Amino acid sequence: MVATKDMPLKEYVLKGNAACAGCQDMVALRHAHKALEGDVIQVVPACCTSVVQSLWPKSGLGIPVLNTAFMAAAATASGVRAALKAKGRDHTTVMVWAGDGGTFDIGLQALSGAFERRTDFLYVCYNNQVYSNTGTQRSGATPLHAATTTTWFGKTEPEKMLDLIVAAHEPAYQATANTSYPRDLYDKVKRAKEIEGPKFLHIFLPCPQAWNYPVEKGVEIGKLAVETGYWIQWERIGDEFKLGRESKRFQDPEKRKPIEEFLKLQGRFSHLFKPTKDEKKIQELQDYVQHRWDVIMRTFT
Amino acid sequence: MKTELMSANYAAARAVMSARVEVVAAYPITPATTVPEQVAYLNEKGLWNGQFIRVESEHSAMFACIGASSTGARAFTATSSNGLLLMHEALHWATAARLPVVLANINRSVSPSWNIHVTHDDSMSQRDTGWIQFYVASVDEFYHTIIQAFKLAEDERILLPVMVNADGFVLSHTVQPYDYLEPEEVDKFLPPYNPPHWTMDPENPVSHGNIVFPEFYQEFRNQMHEAGKNALMVYEEIEQEYKKLFGKYFGGPIDCYRCDDAEVIFTSQGSMGAEAKDAVDELRQEGYKVGNARIRMFRPFPVDKIRELGSKVKGIAAFDRGVSYGFGGHVASEIRSVMYNTDHRPMIKSYIGGLGGRDMTVKDIKEVILDMVKAVESGETGAEETWHALKE
Ligand SMILES: Cc1ncc(C[n+]2csc(CCOP(=O)(O)OP(=O)(O)O)c2C)c(N)n1
Ligand code: SF4
Ligand SMILES: [Mg+2]
Repeated sequence: MVATKDMPLKEYVLKGNAACAGCQDMVALRHAHKALEGDVIQVVPACCTSVVQSLWPKSGLGIPVLNTAFMAAAATASGVRAALKAKGRDHTTVMVWAGDGGTFDIGLQALSGAFERRTDFLYVCYNNQVYSNTGTQRSGATPLHAATTTTWFGKTEPEKMLDLIVAAHEPAYQATANTSYPRDLYDKVKRAKEIEGPKFLHIFLPCPQAWNYPVEKGVEIGKLAVETGYWIQWERIGDEFKLGRESKRFQDPEKRKPIEEFLKLQGRFSHLFKPTKDEKKIQELQDYVQHRWDVIMRTFT
Repeated sequence: MKTELMSANYAAARAVMSARVEVVAAYPITPATTVPEQVAYLNEKGLWNGQFIRVESEHSAMFACIGASSTGARAFTATSSNGLLLMHEALHWATAARLPVVLANINRSVSPSWNIHVTHDDSMSQRDTGWIQFYVASVDEFYHTIIQAFKLAEDERILLPVMVNADGFVLSHTVQPYDYLEPEEVDKFLPPYNPPHWTMDPENPVSHGNIVFPEFYQEFRNQMHEAGKNALMVYEEIEQEYKKLFGKYFGGPIDCYRCDDAEVIFTSQGSMGAEAKDAVDELRQEGYKVGNARIRMFRPFPVDKIRELGSKVKGIAAFDRGVSYGFGGHVASEIRSVMYNTDHRPMIKSYIGGLGGRDMTVKDIKEVILDMVKAVESGETGAEETWHALKE
């Protein structure tokens, strides 16, 4: 794994952008761009990133950014890649940077099309499990029982296992990452850059605004997602699956922290603890942890 | 009826309760988002017991409404800007299927660049879908026009979807008093939806939307066109009934203010029309014979009303908060074309401004009206199109 001191010093995520204090999206973007070192065209559908990259005529990112419609990121990226091909500029990475809403929900069709066509690009879904841009509505990535402004008393369905849908397209590279482990994230983007074909990076990132936790707790919550086994770090080059070293330990349910530790720091789950503890719902989320492990391991190994 | 204090979006969600809507399918987009949020809230609280579908896009929102309406349910959605644009295919579908869906559109600029404030391009560019379109100027008018919209849409002489437009933020997020009606009160006005011709029902199987050859396609389209035009007359009836029942009247297709003896009238759509009343009052005090015609209904276009107004005045300052790019102001163009086949053709000037949410104050409106007054006094039309307060 890259040592922090070996990462390029150059910053592509510039100071003074409009992100909230404690925004983990900025952590993800910062490390991804350090890995790509500027030779990239970034396509961004409607999402927080399209807002925080700043107001015209300024830009908060030191790379070319093409904003596009909410459902159209992967299609737009296909066009960018085709144009680069037409012009013989094969070295530039085309990267989509899309939220979970723009990936799991409205952008899924375009994503599927681009992957099936084996478009040479990197699709990054930064997953804060909610529509943050528009003020915390549920998405297909919102977990069971999370409160949002369209599921006021908790979502009644679990999140969509998008990774399986993506895997069905047999991408050249597929990985999960988490902003609490930025060096790992950096390595994964670097690896993706060297592989030709459709690549998918799914980044889990806490959002203080939508999840309702104190801004300084982002890294802690991100780690708890892994330590409770809720989020699994893994990587797949072709069909070679590798469990991430952060998650390996937590394959054993005995070693996992109880899901409660992850939940109780977040306002979106506070109704599971107040006024009385809802053991049943907490257990359902606990069971989901094992369920995801089972499905992932069964599918990929 | 009881007076409540709410934003237009919160009130729209209450209209869903009042009108006993059975299915809502909606997707978030600023500044319409608080409509589905409130619908979700009322639903989860058990205050509104319809079905709320949390769809994955606006295209799906409108098609879910189409599915629901085809199966005989009263259906509603709310959206804005790019969301409305993404519905475009479905909007055409709903009209040609003759489904009385009601849509609350919160007018917002379209992208790029991202801008969440009001421009009317989103709804104006749906002009030719066949949807009936209203533009409102207050929270109260928004709430009641949504209720009226169901009655209009479901009338057998119409059977077309209706879009009720309200300006983003100016109305969607501005709290005003409005008069809420309990569903039991609205029952007197709005009976349950009962599809008169077809519905998805295994007891009485029909298949809808099949292939139609050239020998008949045109006839279907003509029926749709004629039904749309009926809406002007039917809406007048509806407003009269509403006035009798609830004491509310918003002015029919065009809300005229001090137009009777006016020499120059100002036309506009949406919340600016409320502002324009103040501008007209001030100008009247300054001695100008001016009036304000707030165009509430854009489709069907109130041809006769415009002609009647136009026959009495010397000049019309037609303001658009949107543009048909490459031609001009949407409504100004319609007014010009409507006045062509008449004996008395007033001077018509098109004004465009307030785009991207730029404020149009009383002072701005007065400037526009005075520019028109000057043209009338001098007898020179001057520029046919003026972009108000355009930066160099
Ligand atoms: C067609 C369309 N529908 C809706 C919107 C409104 N909208 C913009 S961003 C967004 C949510 C984005 O959520 P996500 O992709 O998860 O990104 P996040 O905001 O969480 O970063 C929505 C609903 C839009 N811009 N275009
Ligand atoms: S809402 Fe969340 S994801 Fe969006 S800018 Fe703020 S912290 Fe970042
Ligand atoms: Mg999100």
